[in-house]
Amino acid sequence: MAKAHESRRKERLDRGVKVRSDGVYAVASWREMAFLLGPRLLLIAGLLIMPLLLWPVPYWQKVLTIICIYSLLAIGFDFLAHYVGLVSLGGALYIGVGAYIAALLNTEMGLPLWATIPLATVLGGGVCTVLLWPCLPLRGVYFAIVSLMFPLLAARLIEAFDVFGGTDGVMGLDGFPNSWSEMYVLIICLLLALFALRRLVNEDVGLVFRGVKDNDQAVKASGINITTYKALGVFIASSLGCLGGACLAHIYMWAGISQFALDFSIIPIAATVVGGGGTLAGPVIGCLILVPISELLRDFGTLRIAVYALILMAFIVFKSEGLMSYGSRKYNQFEHWVEI
Amino acid sequence: MDILIYGVINSATLALMALGFTLVYGVSRLPNFAHGALYVLAGYICWLLLNRLGLPYILAIALALALVAVVGGAMYQLILVRIRGMSISEIIASYAIGLAILEGLRWGGLKGGTFTLPSFLDGSVDIAGVSVDFQRILVVVLGALLVGLLYFFVNHTRLGLALKGMAQDERAALTLGIDSDRMAVASMALGSLSAAVAALILLPLGSIVVEAGYHVLIMAVAVCIVGGLGSWTGAILAAFVIGFAQILTTAYLGAHFQVVVAILAIILTLILRPSGLFGKQKELEERV
Repeated sequence: MAKAHESRRKERLDRGVKVRSDGVYAVASWREMAFLLGPRLLLIAGLLIMPLLLWPVPYWQKVLTIICIYSLLAIGFDFLAHYVGLVSLGGALYIGVGAYIAALLNTEMGLPLWATIPLATVLGGGVCTVLLWPCLPLRGVYFAIVSLMFPLLAARLIEAFDVFGGTDGVMGLDGFPNSWSEMYVLIICLLLALFALRRLVNEDVGLVFRGVKDNDQAVKASGINITTYKALGVFIASSLGCLGGACLAHIYMWAGISQFALDFSIIPIAATVVGGGGTLAGPVIGCLILVPISELLRDFGTLRIAVYALILMAFIVFKSEGLMSYGSRKYNQFEHWVEI
Repeated sequence: MDILIYGVINSATLALMALGFTLVYGVSRLPNFAHGALYVLAGYICWLLLNRLGLPYILAIALALALVAVVGGAMYQLILVRIRGMSISEIIASYAIGLAILEGLRWGGLKGGTFTLPSFLDGSVDIAGVSVDFQRILVVVLGALLVGLLYFFVNHTRLGLALKGMAQDERAALTLGIDSDRMAVASMALGSLSAAVAALILLPLGSIVVEAGYHVLIMAVAVCIVGGLGSWTGAILAAFVIGFAQILTTAYLGAHFQVVVAILAIILTLILRPSGLFGKQKELEERV
């Protein structure tokens, strides 16, 4: 491609409406407000209406809940990787910890569902943070490898020591009262998490997070303890994962070793790469694309893993900016070729 | 005595599994997470050539080795070269390739029935009262031979010295006219080749299963991390440390703990000393 257009380059200009709606004056006109709110409302309304549209096909309603769980995990991964600078390849750890905590609280202590899910979210986030605490000083590849090992270790330990039901898992959890509550709890949690995180990264604390990612020495020199901030980042991301895990355990009424499986580590990463890293909304879009594909391929068994591994590879190599960045560029800017 | 002999065999096994991984990382700083997949692929190709085409065993082995080396080289040339230097992308992309190969095999090839390769030599021998079959002795001998060959190759041939130069200082190597990308392709081909060699030596001991791919990957990563990423002596020493630790835990605690040992070794090493036993300490690159 570079050869064909050697004497030309692509010029990008912001659209007029984008420039006008950048400032506070956007509220002066419906058109500008619509420009700003359009994509956001599309996502919110889309997610909220989806369960109603899928009403005739209960199977796909189930898929929607799975999409939400993966999305929670994926925005956690995206936040951690692109705002705190910790690439955690072990998303399954969060799901597994959340699922097991919810399961144990529910079956051993008899707490009802509306108490176990929030408790599992907070406690699970705490447990994951404490587990990962010694690894927080590690950077780059080293943190990635060590975080990849944690879910594997957890599964093996449960198997080896035969605790928490061993290979059978914990059975007999309470289910959600009906499928509507299942879907709407997850969708609302997902939307809240998404917009709260988008808000968070633009606050002061978000600035520190990005500082930790871009130049941790400078942050350290400013008298800020980076390990604390990294731990906070891990807590936020792992809480989201644990929330997903707790819901998953209650949906299947079961928690087991397979919740530490590689699926939960690889799909969120693939979704983030496909949707566009660092955009937070991108991973949700990625999940909305990838999870249905993998469901459609369920008949072909493990071929689906091979397929989304290939999609992941293709995106990371050929379109590493992701769909969301691509889309928002098209939405905000004109592009045209100019002669040099 | 049991523990000593099986410890040595297990250590040689681990060293074989890890050699290719450490070779690639040492030369081109590329964590090849498709290593385990290449291992299984080699076994499967060999099985296909042997049973479907009916080639003689020696020919099948040679062809399988060559094919896997080509696959490894092509993987770098076609895909990984585009994301060179972005280590996280490299991990994710190579892992994705490995996953695609392994799960593709599980779907399309390795299902229904068991897939085994015949062992090179049958029979067994008593060593100090412990009966060991020839194939296991062969593992140790060939493992040592392979390490020796690679040592010779790296220190006494043109290509090997070029690879070593790349590993030590990429910029200086570039100024001396060593093509960085071609060397990386060569190292990937060589690394895949040694994964294939390991597969063809080790697989006759068991059957070809997809899970072996993940197992080999974990073991290779464990050995390389404990030994220090990219360090050869470290990797071989670490293979012995982990190998004996595994045999000891199997003997005293139970077989479930084999993988736990390896994973714990990775986690502890990374927390305490990320550059491993023999890696050069690069404090600022590794931790804050």
